[in-house]
Amino acid sequence: MTGESLHLESVAGLVRGLAERRFSSEAVTRHFLDRIARLDARLNSIVTVTAETALDQAREADGRIARGQPRPLEGVPLLHKDIFCTQGVRTACGSRMLDNFVSPYDATVVSRLRAAGAVMLGKANMDEFAMGSSNETSFYGPVRNPWDTERVPGGSSGGSAAAVAARLTPAATGTDTGGSIRQPAALCGITGLKPTYGRVSRWGMIAFASSLDQAGPMAVSAEDCAHLLRAMAGFDERDSTSMNRPVPDYVAALEAPVDGLRVGLPREWFGEGLDAGVAEVVESAVAVLRELGAEVREVSLPHVGLSVPAYYVVAPAEASSNLARYDGVRFGYRCKDPRDLHDLYVRSRSEGFGAEVKRRILIGTYALSAGYYDAYYRKAQQIRRLIREDFLRAFETVDVLAGPTSPTPAFRIGERTRDPVSMYLSDVNTIAANLAGLPALSMPAGFTAGLPVGLQLVGRDFDEGRLLGVAHRFQQATDWHRRVPPGFE
Amino acid sequence: MQWEPVIGLEIHAQLSTRSKIFSGAPTAYGAEPNTQASLIDLGFPGVLPVLNEAAVRLAVRFGLAIGATVARRSIFARKNYFYPDLPKGYQISQYEAPVVVGGSLTIHPEGGESRRIGITRAHLEEDAGKSLHEDFQGMTGIDLNRAGTPLLEIVSEPEMHSAREAVAYMRALHVLVRYLRICDGNMQEGSFRCDANVSVRPKGEAAFGTRTEIKNLNSFRFVERAIQYEIERQIDVLEGGGTVVQETRLYDPDRDETRPMRTKEEANDYRYFPDPDLLPLVVPEAMVEAERQALPELPEARKARFVEDYGLKPADAMQLAFDRDTADYYEAVARVCGDARLAANWVNVELAAALNREGLDVACSPVSAERLGGLLARIADGTISGKIAKQVFEKMWTEGTEADVIIEREGLRQITDTGALEALVEEVIAANPKQVEQYRAGKGKLLGFFVGQVMKATQGKANPAQVNQLLKKRLDE
Amino acid sequence: MSLSDEQVSAIAELARLSVPRDALRGLAQELSAILDFVAQMNAVDTSGVEPMAHPQDVPQRLRPDEVTETIDRARYQAVAPAVSHGLYLVPRVIE
Repeated sequence: MTGESLHLESVAGLVRGLAERRFSSEAVTRHFLDRIARLDARLNSIVTVTAETALDQAREADGRIARGQPRPLEGVPLLHKDIFCTQGVRTACGSRMLDNFVSPYDATVVSRLRAAGAVMLGKANMDEFAMGSSNETSFYGPVRNPWDTERVPGGSSGGSAAAVAARLTPAATGTDTGGSIRQPAALCGITGLKPTYGRVSRWGMIAFASSLDQAGPMAVSAEDCAHLLRAMAGFDERDSTSMNRPVPDYVAALEAPVDGLRVGLPREWFGEGLDAGVAEVVESAVAVLRELGAEVREVSLPHVGLSVPAYYVVAPAEASSNLARYDGVRFGYRCKDPRDLHDLYVRSRSEGFGAEVKRRILIGTYALSAGYYDAYYRKAQQIRRLIREDFLRAFETVDVLAGPTSPTPAFRIGERTRDPVSMYLSDVNTIAANLAGLPALSMPAGFTAGLPVGLQLVGRDFDEGRLLGVAHRFQQATDWHRRVPPGFE
Repeated sequence: MQWEPVIGLEIHAQLSTRSKIFSGAPTAYGAEPNTQASLIDLGFPGVLPVLNEAAVRLAVRFGLAIGATVARRSIFARKNYFYPDLPKGYQISQYEAPVVVGGSLTIHPEGGESRRIGITRAHLEEDAGKSLHEDFQGMTGIDLNRAGTPLLEIVSEPEMHSAREAVAYMRALHVLVRYLRICDGNMQEGSFRCDANVSVRPKGEAAFGTRTEIKNLNSFRFVERAIQYEIERQIDVLEGGGTVVQETRLYDPDRDETRPMRTKEEANDYRYFPDPDLLPLVVPEAMVEAERQALPELPEARKARFVEDYGLKPADAMQLAFDRDTADYYEAVARVCGDARLAANWVNVELAAALNREGLDVACSPVSAERLGGLLARIADGTISGKIAKQVFEKMWTEGTEADVIIEREGLRQITDTGALEALVEEVIAANPKQVEQYRAGKGKLLGFFVGQVMKATQGKANPAQVNQLLKKRLDE
Repeated sequence: MSLSDEQVSAIAELARLSVPRDALRGLAQELSAILDFVAQMNAVDTSGVEPMAHPQDVPQRLRPDEVTETIDRARYQAVAPAVSHGLYLVPRVIE
């Protein structure tokens, strides 16, 4: 492979090429830094480029490779969503509130990937505090979809998704509270995985809704995601909700056969609101799974229709509390010349947060307030259990569930900003997996009207390996994931 | 009208752990501002709490000691409110499902009847930081060293009816938490603080009156004064035809009065909900069992045993039993010297005075229990008198030597040789013929004079009883 | 469910957010629309269903009581808006 096409290499290909010293990490890193400098103006996918650190890390990686001591991701560049704390580097979380926040510590995801030898290119744009489905709520402006720059990339990990799709980075980290990895992965034509709740540490990942948030990999292929997840996953004593169980070798597990796999299609995901073009793409993707030997049958998740309403209670409620720490006292934005303490709080928060964040804080505050707790928060947590039970029942007869990640392809910038509820409905198929805590993946399944369509797979608790394996087999039989947006080849 | 005060106390006891309740930061008191506050205690973006095992263990110990139920499963909740000493904008506490439920405590009000007070619950929570209101460029300074220190909040039933009972309850709890070694009880440093809920109602009425809460009382005296003031204030308001306003008040010790807090607790909508960062707390059965096994004999039981087995007066027994180190010390002394009442007297009087003089805790006494026991054994076996023993004790205190060494070195052994004493008796009689005459004429009180003369001649080393007997025998001849 | 302007103001005050007078009505309508949407939950009878706070039904792990944090005040306070003598500064608080 020549230097000009290094960006078309997969993570696996880079690992091999670096180990065989066909190219250096410094060359790879420079190549991606150069692409970012040339092309990101069209996308606005990256908010901070850490070029110098990246080159230092790349040279260090080259040294280790030369000494024959490469680590699993030695010298592979990647981007971190700007929700992960990075020591010495601004961590703004898409918000004016943290525009001046240089983190004094690293998130576990960041330190684990670093310990595996990965090189950090910079920080990816995102919806403010991960609250959004279109990347339009970022303080740093909207991210554009590389397949059509008039359209949104999805959100909240829109910067990560757009940058991977445009080959500005081989891979990126993302976080997913209600679909924030999978929906942008689908809308940008890449692969993204939300692991089981508790699989990846939340330490240093700025909290949106603590019982739903999970970090995961975003890359071109399932194989690349497996490489990242292997480094990211695992028990962390700094996170009480992190599960202490061994991490399988996701890369080695990719080769498991699909033959005999039982795939369930929840009929609720194929109903009203599903774009006809998306439905067609999903059907043909399911046909591919069948050809690979999967047994496909229809199943039902009776309560899944209530996942969006339940989510829009649980997530804002937790967020309203999680975001109380932004008070202008210890870090972050502080208003000018506060008259008194109350003024300091109210103006710092009102000026520091954007409209969508404030809207969700208000909804969450209301849902938790005296007299409404039972009707909203408690009710939503009960619905949540019913939804999880639906999934567990389905998994008695099938191994994975499949359906459209998003009911529509990428929509136009500004199209849904006027109506919060219509925006919330872009996550109608992804939210249930967060409420239930289950692993879920989105992979490129084809195109409709020139826009990518994602197929979502949901698995049992801690069954990430199977999801990645199915996606890998699918990607060996198809080439949707290898398509590069015009202008970014 | 006759009024009946109704008082309930919420006591915050800082648990004696090395690290904080949700972080590995140290809990030492008095450090430079914000040098004991980790990123977790400061509530930085992205940080997460992890519960300290010792905090749970100490709460379990307390629960067992008051005969409460230790909840198999309890929940940490967030209490949401904005205040600069509360870094996250919420306090992690327990709300609907506390770790300790029920139980009771015996109190001994001064001049009143001992009785049991019910405890509603005790729950784990994190402490807040401190606001320093001294002038910092016209601003308030925030020190978050204390943020995240583990607290056990112990909530009593509203079962006390006077300031005196409230203080007795607080004292009994103070004794207990120190006994259990779960809290150092240091009130100056804020390790043991009290909020008092006070209301009054016409005597005989079952319904409660409107209550006020007096916050942050950090001494027994203040608790008593503040509650007394508040009771009188509420009665005045009601008798003047007014109504008591439910509010939070502060006690001002300088003016000896309570007044409403200026920062109103904004409508008190704390929006409690289960903390999503923390899974349910399931207390391991093994922990409960281990704590049950290790539970010391408690102050009330120990006091009863001292009265029963050692024949001590209840007041003496209480003084010894209500401090665990003192009680342990006392029992060691009694065991070594074999005379429990003598030991009680010495520990409560001589030792207490010496410790008090030097401001020492019994655990730091320069005279160990074994050595004090050794000294008292010499009184018991007649080697020295009680009076000489006091001299020996002073020397033991400063020199750190054993009683026997001092007794031998100084030649303080009592003279019990009858021949030697008889000779001295003869000398004294010979030297005081006038007194002998008066004595024999019926002035029997003069016997004391002769005993004194003999004791003087032996520098106190004679056995007074023996001298007495010999003198009597000789004079009455 | 329709929120009044006063309710929105009260919630905003609890959350320490300000809502400009002229934006109050619009926000109240937006929030009411969200609450209407959320009210779909009432279609399901959930009596007897244990609320689910966490996906994983496992107990909390406990940490040994050890000092593990090293504290670097200067670094932590480098991002603070106002400090003096190691203290965070806020406008004067009167109790």
